[in-house]
Order: sequence, then structure tokens, then C-alpha cells
Amino acid sequence: MKVTIDGIEIDVPKGTTILQAARLIGPQVAPPAMCYYTKLKTSGGYCRTCIVKVTQGSTANPTPMPKPVASCRTEVMDGMVVENFINKEILEARKGVVEFLLINHPLDCPVCDQAGECKLQDLGYENGSAKTRYEFKRREYEMIDIGDKIKLHMTRCILCYRCVKTAEQITDKRLHGVVHRGDASEISTYIEQVIDNDFSGNVIDVCPVGALTDKTFRFKQRVWFTKPVDAHRKCDKCCGKTRVWLKGEEVVRVTARKDQWDEVEEFICNSCRYDHKKTSDWVIEGPSPIHRNSVISQNHYQNLNELKVQVMKQQKALGFMPIDKKP
Amino acid sequence: MGKKLLIHNDKVPGIATLEVYRAHGGYASVEKALKTMTPDQVTDEVKKSGLRGRGGAGFPTGLKWSFLAKPEGVNRYLVCNADESEPGTFKDRYLMEVIPHALIEGMITSSYALGAKTSYIYIRGEYFYVARIVEKALAEAYAAGWLGQNILGTGFSHDCYVQVGGGAYICGEETALLESLEGKRGNPRIKPPFPAVAGVWGCPTVVNNVETIAAVVPIVNEGGEAYAKIGIGKSTGTKLISASGHINKPGVYEIELGLPVEEFIYSEEYCGGIRNGKKMKAVVAGGSSVPILPTELILKTAKGEPRLMTYESLADGGFVTGTMLGSGGFIVMDEDTSIVKNLFTFTRFYHHESCGQCSPCREGTGWMEKILKKFLNGTANESDVDLLWDIQSKIEGKTICPLGEAAAWPVAAAIRHFKQEFLDVARSKKFVDVSHYNKLYKVNA
Repeated sequence: MKVTIDGIEIDVPKGTTILQAARLIGPQVAPPAMCYYTKLKTSGGYCRTCIVKVTQGSTANPTPMPKPVASCRTEVMDGMVVENFINKEILEARKGVVEFLLINHPLDCPVCDQAGECKLQDLGYENGSAKTRYEFKRREYEMIDIGDKIKLHMTRCILCYRCVKTAEQITDKRLHGVVHRGDASEISTYIEQVIDNDFSGNVIDVCPVGALTDKTFRFKQRVWFTKPVDAHRKCDKCCGKTRVWLKGEEVVRVTARKDQWDEVEEFICNSCRYDHKKTSDWVIEGPSPIHRNSVISQNHYQNLNELKVQVMKQQKALGFMPIDKKP
Repeated sequence: MGKKLLIHNDKVPGIATLEVYRAHGGYASVEKALKTMTPDQVTDEVKKSGLRGRGGAGFPTGLKWSFLAKPEGVNRYLVCNADESEPGTFKDRYLMEVIPHALIEGMITSSYALGAKTSYIYIRGEYFYVARIVEKALAEAYAAGWLGQNILGTGFSHDCYVQVGGGAYICGEETALLESLEGKRGNPRIKPPFPAVAGVWGCPTVVNNVETIAAVVPIVNEGGEAYAKIGIGKSTGTKLISASGHINKPGVYEIELGLPVEEFIYSEEYCGGIRNGKKMKAVVAGGSSVPILPTELILKTAKGEPRLMTYESLADGGFVTGTMLGSGGFIVMDEDTSIVKNLFTFTRFYHHESCGQCSPCREGTGWMEKILKKFLNGTANESDVDLLWDIQSKIEGKTICPLGEAAAWPVAAAIRHFKQEFLDVARSKKFVDVSHYNKLYKVNA
């Protein structure tokens, strides 16, 4: 099936969603997604940040779709034409969605543990406005402990439902869901029951904001002071392939590996996540790929070679001689 | 005197019982359909009749039925949407309360046309006593052999169940209704797939309003063409209108579509004019979510033609100068009504009823309510009117289900037609008392 997104054509198999097709083309056309998660079935459609305009439904039926559609839940049709970043209406609508997500989100990033790896921060930076128009009291909740390892702070939650889907699909007992409705909705574990499951820790990884955080890592370090390395160990519960975040010799936390779209590659078990906090537990493969725009990649040695090349190119362009080739 | 097809017997004593209902020609459509017609013939009659969904959207019923997927060996279901929650609408309650057998008769006939062995009547939680009435009627129908195995010896078997909801506006949205029917949280599903392909229990399902299903009875009895002769153009047949507000005779009226709006409001047969001899200020023509129109636009279209009670005429001029027939919740407001206060009430309702799945509706409805609260507190600024307009435009069309639009349209229309009033309230900095609402709802506003 041929689909054109922002003027770029791509051939994708049947059943692909617009978002997946856009991701195949690349980040230049891929809409941001806060709630969609490739690994979780029926996720997506809630946050509305990935909305796009379909200007031509298909070759057979070329009428445009009247409303913007959620690209993560809309499957492509042959000959579909989609506008994302080139459509001003969509950019404006997305700005509106980001504003809605932010009106009840505390803007206390400096004291939030997620800062630096928060999707909402990125989204707000790219699509938000500099000032808020919301002048009322923001929604506030008490912090809840979900078990002894996970902290839930609903104040920061954007109700993306990712953790709910994770609890439903990755763990075997469904003790985690949404209570109440409307803007009083709350992620909860029904009377604060402990999620007692080997894979419960994954809800931390899928959370795009700082609502679900790792209690063993909370406030130990800012993420950009740590060095992520890919590592593995022999684990009989999960794949054992993880990302180990180092501060000096110390393992400050262990997470699943994430791909280019900040989605977990393979879910990991709680044993790997919480119980193996020594460097000797892990076989370190090498530095993790972190996007160069991410604050985590600051001072990162992995990009050093690339950085050198970039600097040399710039110097050459400006007419400077490279430092090491000076006579 | 307009022709009545649905509630012509409503004043007959004991019409809620099977005996009296049968004596007044009840269940004739079941006999006619099951004994003399094939399911496709019934569907054809409905198509010919031009019947449109009475729940609000006005989608042609025959067409909806023909979309129903019919794979071999998969059950099909008919679900009756009796979750009538739109503020200003109470026609289905009246119909079920007074003539419950009309609905059950329609359910059997429609199920026969669709080939559904099982049907559900989903009644909103607040209508608990109505559910009892319908259940009693169902028991009577079962006892008399109108439901159950091998009805009338024709080999058609059908079971009908009443399901009471928890009392949520969102469960009137068809996919949320199906979720709730399945025993889950009433959150709208993301479409596609549409219920016609995967509805309740993942099987093909048709969801119809109470009045739509009840209208199948006269269509089968008198034929689709006879039904299509009533009304104008694509708006055929009769429609129940729930008239409320500042009128002399509020209540449920059955009108022939095509009746002039002016006649409906002022004639003695219907609303009987504005109460206390006041002037009319505005009308919400189809339940709280349709755009409000000022007097000059509800009586006459922008082109100067008299406005009629039809889907097309009320929608004439789009949303700029028109509105919608919607579910027929006709709310009339007199000259003393504060549109700002009214809008606050509506917006509070939508905020309270938002399911909280998608962000524009979840956050936007609450924001709009808070801003409107400022108007009532006398702390609003003129710029808040523009802010309200901007917020509603960012909700409309960006949500999973139509609740977002339902919340945005009243705000848009009120500002479009009564902007001056909002500005006046903002400038006056006066407190508008709404304390009596706070006693009614335990909503933290």
C-alpha cells in the first residue's frame, strides 16, 4: 500500500497505521506520540498529540477525512495522502492538545525525577507556548506507593493508559487500572494493593512522565549525570538485556533498553531491575545510543568521535586549520 | 392536528399492560413481519420509510441496518439505546413509561429484520423505575409467547434482556454503551471497527434509539411508503419532542416533521406560548449539545424562510446561523434568562460527564467550566470570552467520541450569538448567584 506523508511516499504492508508508516520514513514526518506504544496492544488514541490530517482517504475513495485523525490508530489505505507538519491547522491543534496536557501538569521539572527523559518536556518544548493561559489551581494528589519499589504521583500523570495496558498485558494479574472519570480520573491499584508481579517494574519504563518512578533510584541522581550503557546478564525470567545507568563505578539504576522512539525494546523482570545493582552483575556491551538532542547525551563519550568530525568540518568550513595538524 | 404514530394511545388507561395494548392493535407488526414478510422485506420497508435515527445524529436507519455484517455462524445483536441522558430530552422515558410494549414490539420486529437472536435494552441508571416497568412488560410478553423460543410457531426465536446502566451520560455513546453492557468501564471505543462489524461481545451489532425502534412498528404496519408521505423531503415521519423551559405547556409532543417552529412554540396544541406573557430569548432545539439560537434565527432562517421542525431546515445555515434537530430536547428560554448562567450549567454537566480518556475533552471541559465560573463570580475579564472561544475550537473534532463536540458546540454558539452578553457580564463585575445549583449537584465547581 502506497501512502504519502508530508509529500514523501512510502510502500507499507496492509494493516500498518499512519504513525508506523511515518516512523518508517523517519523523524522528520513522524508525529509525536504520548500514549501509543508499539509493544502494547490497544494502546494509543487517547492523548491526541499524534493527530494528522488525511487529505485523501484512498485512491478508491479520495474524499478527505472531515476531522483530524489519531494517526496511531488509523490504518493506511492505498493511495492515502496525509499531512502532518506541513499542515498549519494540525500544528495549531497539536499546540492545543499540548496546552490541555500541561494545564494540570505541575511545571516543577527542576525537582521532578523524570526531567531529562520526560516525553512531555520534549513535547512542550517543541509544540507548547512559552506562557500558560491557565490561571486556576492545578490538580493535586497524594503520592501513593505501589508496592515497595514504585512510587505513583498522580499529579504528574497525563492519563496515557500505557501503564494500565502494561499491567493488563505483561503482568498476569490485573490489579492496576483507572478509577473515577473525567479530569478526576486516577491511575490506581484498587485500594492501593501491591502489584506483586515479576514484571510490574515495566510500568516505570512506559510512563512518559514522572508519574511512575523507581523508588530505588528516586532523587539519587539527575539522569544527565549518569552514563547509560547496554549490558546483559543471564536471566531465566526475561531476556536479561538491559540498560544500566552508571555513576562512576556505581550502578544507580537498571531499565529496559529503549529504541529511537523511546519505546522499550524488550520488557525486563523485576529481578534484573532491582536486585542486581553491582557492576560485577553485568556484562557491559558498550555505551547506549542516546539521541544527540537529548540532555542525557551531554558529555557523552559515545558521540565524541562524531563530535570531533563535526568540529573539524566546521573549522574547515571557517578556514581554520585542525588543531592537531598545525605546523 | 398532526398525525400520531407512536404515542396515539398514551391516554388509554392500562395501556402499559399487554392485554390493553393488544386490544388496541398491539403486536400486529410482529404477526405481519414474522408470518408474511422475509427479514429483507422488513429492512426494505424501513429503507423506503426514510426513517432516520432519533437519538440525535439522524443517520438513516435502513442504511445502518444494511451495514450490519452478516458472517455465517456469528451471532448478531440488536441493542436499544435507552440511556437517554441529554439534558432537555425525556421522550424515551415517556414512551417506555407509558407504552413499554411499543418498544418491545419494535425490538422483536427489528430483531427479526436483522436476524438477531438476542437483544438488549440498555436503560440508564437514573431510570430505574422505568426499567422495572419494561421488565414487567417483558415478562408479560414472554408469558404470552411473543418472546422466547419459536415465536408464533414461525421458528423465529428471540430473547430480550433489560440492562440497567450506572448512570453516565457517556454511556449514551454507542461504543461506551457496549462496553458498559459487557460489564466494563463505560469508555468509548476507538473507531473503526464500528459496532456494525464488531459490537457487543465482538459480534456485529446495531445500536438504535428507543424511538427509532418504536417507529419500526407503524412502518411495518402501514408500509414504508405511507410513513414516508408524512414529513418533508428527507425528514419523514413523526418525531417525539421533549419541550421544556419557559413555556406554558412543557411535555412530550409527537409532531409531524415539517411543522413550523413558530407554530410549535406558540400554538395551543403544543407548547402554548411563552409563560407569564414574556418574550422568547433563545431556543436550544435538540438537547443541550446542539447550538443555541436566538429568537430571530430559530423562527426564521438566515435567508428569511420560516424554520421548520426538520433535520434539514434546522440545520440550514450550518452552525453559523443554524442548529440541529438532535434528540428533540426543545428548551425554550425567555427574556429573563441569563445565557452565561445557562452555559455554565451545560458546561458543568459536560465536565462532570467527561469520561477522561482523551486529553482535549478531559482537560478542556473543566477549564471552560472554571472560566465560566469566573463570569458568575464577577471576576472575569473581557479577554476570557476569546479564551473560551479558543478552548472550544481546540476541543471540537479532536476527541475520540462526540462528547467533545457536544461540550464545544454550546459554548461556540452562545458566544457566537450572545457575545455582547458575555462582555456585559465581564464588564459589570457583578456576582451572579448560582448557589441553588450547588445544592442540586455535589460537584466541586
